[in-house]
Amino acid sequence: MSLQPFKSIAIGAAFSPNLKANLYEAARLSLFFGSKLFLIHVGEASDDKIKTLKVFLNPFKKDNLDFEVVFKPGDPVEAILSVTDEKNIDLLILGAVQRERFIKYYVGSIARKITRKAKCSVLLLIKPSVERVACQHIVVNGLQDPKTEQTIKAAFYLGKQLEADKITIVEEIKQEQVAIKVDDDKSLRRANIMKERIKLRENSRIKEIIEHIPEKYTKDIAIKSQPIFGKQGYSIGHYAQISRADLLVMNAPSKMTFWDRLFPHDIEHILTELPTDVLILQ
Amino acid sequence: MSPKKNNIKDFFKVLPKNIFSGFVVSLIALPLGLGLAMASDAPPIAGIIAAIVGGIVVSIFGGSHVTIAGPGNGLVGVLLVAITSLGLESAYAAIVCSGVLIMLLGFFRMGKLADFFPSSAIQGMLAAIGLIILGKQFHIMLAHKIKREDTLDYLIEIPFTLNDAIHYENKGLIFAALAGIISLAIMMFYAKLRNKYLQLIPAPMWIVILSIGFSYYFELVLHENNPISNQYMISGIPSIQEIIADIQMPLFSKVGTISFWSSVVAITLIASIESLLSIKAVDKLDPEKRRSNVNKDLKALGLATVGSGFLGGLNVVTVIARSSVNVNNGATNRSSNFAHATFLVLFIVLFSTQLTRIPLPALMAILVYTGYKLASPNVIRKIFSIGKEQLIIFFVTLFVTLKIGLISGIFAGVLATMLIHIIINKSVLLFLRNVLKPNVLMYEEADDEHNFYVSVKHFCSFLNYYKLKDKLDAIPEDHDVIVDFSLCSFVDHTVMENMHNYQELFKKRGGHFDVIGLDMHDTDSEHPFALRRLLPVPNIIKNNLTRRQTSMEELAKDYDLKYNSENQKEVGYLSSFLFFNTKEIDHIYNQLSYKNDSLNIFDIEFSEGEFIAKEVIRSTMLHIKLEKGIPEFTLDREGFLERVYAFAGFKDIPIQDHSDFSRRFYLLGDNEEAIKAFFNDDLIHFFESNPYYHVESNGNSLLIFGKERLASVKEIKGLFDFGKRLKDVISNI
Repeated sequence: MSLQPFKSIAIGAAFSPNLKANLYEAARLSLFFGSKLFLIHVGEASDDKIKTLKVFLNPFKKDNLDFEVVFKPGDPVEAILSVTDEKNIDLLILGAVQRERFIKYYVGSIARKITRKAKCSVLLLIKPSVERVACQHIVVNGLQDPKTEQTIKAAFYLGKQLEADKITIVEEIKQEQVAIKVDDDKSLRRANIMKERIKLRENSRIKEIIEHIPEKYTKDIAIKSQPIFGKQGYSIGHYAQISRADLLVMNAPSKMTFWDRLFPHDIEHILTELPTDVLILQ
Repeated sequence: MSPKKNNIKDFFKVLPKNIFSGFVVSLIALPLGLGLAMASDAPPIAGIIAAIVGGIVVSIFGGSHVTIAGPGNGLVGVLLVAITSLGLESAYAAIVCSGVLIMLLGFFRMGKLADFFPSSAIQGMLAAIGLIILGKQFHIMLAHKIKREDTLDYLIEIPFTLNDAIHYENKGLIFAALAGIISLAIMMFYAKLRNKYLQLIPAPMWIVILSIGFSYYFELVLHENNPISNQYMISGIPSIQEIIADIQMPLFSKVGTISFWSSVVAITLIASIESLLSIKAVDKLDPEKRRSNVNKDLKALGLATVGSGFLGGLNVVTVIARSSVNVNNGATNRSSNFAHATFLVLFIVLFSTQLTRIPLPALMAILVYTGYKLASPNVIRKIFSIGKEQLIIFFVTLFVTLKIGLISGIFAGVLATMLIHIIINKSVLLFLRNVLKPNVLMYEEADDEHNFYVSVKHFCSFLNYYKLKDKLDAIPEDHDVIVDFSLCSFVDHTVMENMHNYQELFKKRGGHFDVIGLDMHDTDSEHPFALRRLLPVPNIIKNNLTRRQTSMEELAKDYDLKYNSENQKEVGYLSSFLFFNTKEIDHIYNQLSYKNDSLNIFDIEFSEGEFIAKEVIRSTMLHIKLEKGIPEFTLDREGFLERVYAFAGFKDIPIQDHSDFSRRFYLLGDNEEAIKAFFNDDLIHFFESNPYYHVESNGNSLLIFGKERLASVKEIKGLFDFGKRLKDVISNI
């Protein structure tokens, strides 16, 4: 695995009230990972715009932030996606929208389309802030999936870079795996024995993955693994919310079809209701 | 895991007990079966057939343990409609079809069907059924048969019937009405008389015995005709040969009609809801704390209904009143259900001619009483205390059910509940957006504690309660559970009530069930009343003490005790006593405690039975905490009843060289050796020379009480003195 997963980071720069906070977050991340920052602006190029952006990023100048402003007119979704392709972007940062009156966040329609189609990793921020808010707890998925190992490794790398205290690996286990329906005491007992067995299996699988990660990434961080029986893609979001995680790291979904959106599952649950900052790794 | 038990040996060991309780249940099932069938305009024997088929089929194929199957109260209304609109033969066909549907519900694992209805709507529906039964039978009870189109008319005419009854001049009618009134009185006051010998025979059977005795008295002693008018006697109880000879085949010719299928759907809906509610309620009473397999039970009930329909019987459902009696008489498994059916067969074979001596009004009094229990003012008071909006739901369901029908009624209730929820939250979107989302997260916390943590998001109401229930049902009841509603912006009454039920269940089975995260809701003024009301809040301190309470206060001063008149709900330490195994403790109050709480006298309110068969009992008891462990036992005075019980398999432990003690006292317990060793001469002399009390040990504390009623202040002093001295004797052993 490459220990520096993000060589280039991009952020959509629309001139909105959130722009400053978004830029600050993106700039900080670029410095953490030592990567190049691309500011993508959908629209025609103009000197005024470049100037404004530069003013915003002035405080990071002393840290030698390497950044580039890219202008691309057209449909926002297409424009941003084409830039990520052209510039070989590894990580795209998108801001979420807060639902009025509620403390609930969701991904707006443009950001959602981008997330679905993007070929790079996507970071969804719910509360970008100018001041740095420390990232303490990272929740990462431990699904039985070929991508998972890479995702967990990346999470540990992030944990190290962001100086997180704790990483929780959530193994979502589909209810269907427990083939026994609970009807009475007997079936309940059998179901619980089965669950216990699955949990042990899952935990040892996760343990093996962690053992393959270089020790310098795992030693200073509390590691916990939490098996959850429930709906895949949903439970982890709910868990991240109640455990007050600061970052949720997930695999990118394998395929997205029309049906997946009609019957939401996996990532879609998270997109309708962001529990915290979410990083979707390709 | 517990070691594998010797099942067959255990089964035969408890068989006598189960046969005994099956016998007691059959005593109720007989009059109820006759009455319910007649109330539905079916031949009286149809109810008995349903009970027999139900008892046999469900006991063999069922998935619950101590339930009794038979004809149900709730079905009277729908069956009546089915029989009057379709005719008897086609109604049997409808019953057969509903049996098939119920079986299908079982196969499709629809045991959660009953969870989709708001509890206030179900209460309203049950109350409406109660009123339908009461309204129709009340007139027959007073020997005043009338026929009306609308169910409401029956209720409106009750005062006229009363007036007519006062002015009867026909001797036959007067006697008939008297039989009804006396029977009603027996039903009403039976539970209040807590006499062991009287309670051995259930109230409905007393009515049967007394009325048959009355008829024989006139025939054999006075050589007169029965004074009760002939038209008010049960007619058409066929002998067993006749039953077999003219089994009516169900007539399937109306299968194509809409009215046929609406009857089938109504019967299926009510039968399954009644069964599911009953199974849930009986599970709470099960002394062995087992969990019923509802889907398996539904399949068995459906099969039994099909069989019953073909043999000319009514629908078979799980019935709560009879099941409660079953549990109270010591049933432990399904064989009691089987025994109840067998005894019914015997009754019909041996006594079918005697049954025609029962006056109709007496039988209908039993139904009037059950109807009243379903729709009693207590139900309304309870619902009102939960919240005004629940009362609206209740009455909407009640009136629509009475005016139009059961299916419309329950759906009106569901609709009313949804509207009220929307109004309370001032948001349709909350429900529309989230109703299909998986909103429940459950996991076993991965640290040492192994608590189950359940978090619920968005909203939780009857619409999506099944998701929460699915998760909760996957937790063994002896574990610790935390349910967190802090992310949930709305929790309705149905859910709160169910949470309370889970709490009770977990408490009984040694687990803990905590509901958290509702504190925030309190401050939210938009939040429903029901929510706060249902949280266990200590009662407001009552300042005006009764006379008994003031004398208890004085007594406390005299004896240097601590007195506390408030209701206390934290009584988990009492539920481990065998006595409360089949009883539900509500609260204790008027507590007198002595020396760092080692001795406690309190008034206690507990209930026996569930649902409509629920009886609330208040009693005064003494609880003693012991310093060391002693064997578990139960000691009571020996009487005739205990000798009867002994036949049924309850074993009295004899103590050697103390034949007087063994004769006078009845000692029960599992660990015979330890108990024999524990009862030394001192202890036996103590018991022999002191007044009788019921004494029970749960291993580390004692529960002592005299009678199942509140004790007078003098009795309290006696009880206190007895307990203090007993504690001394035991601590010297």
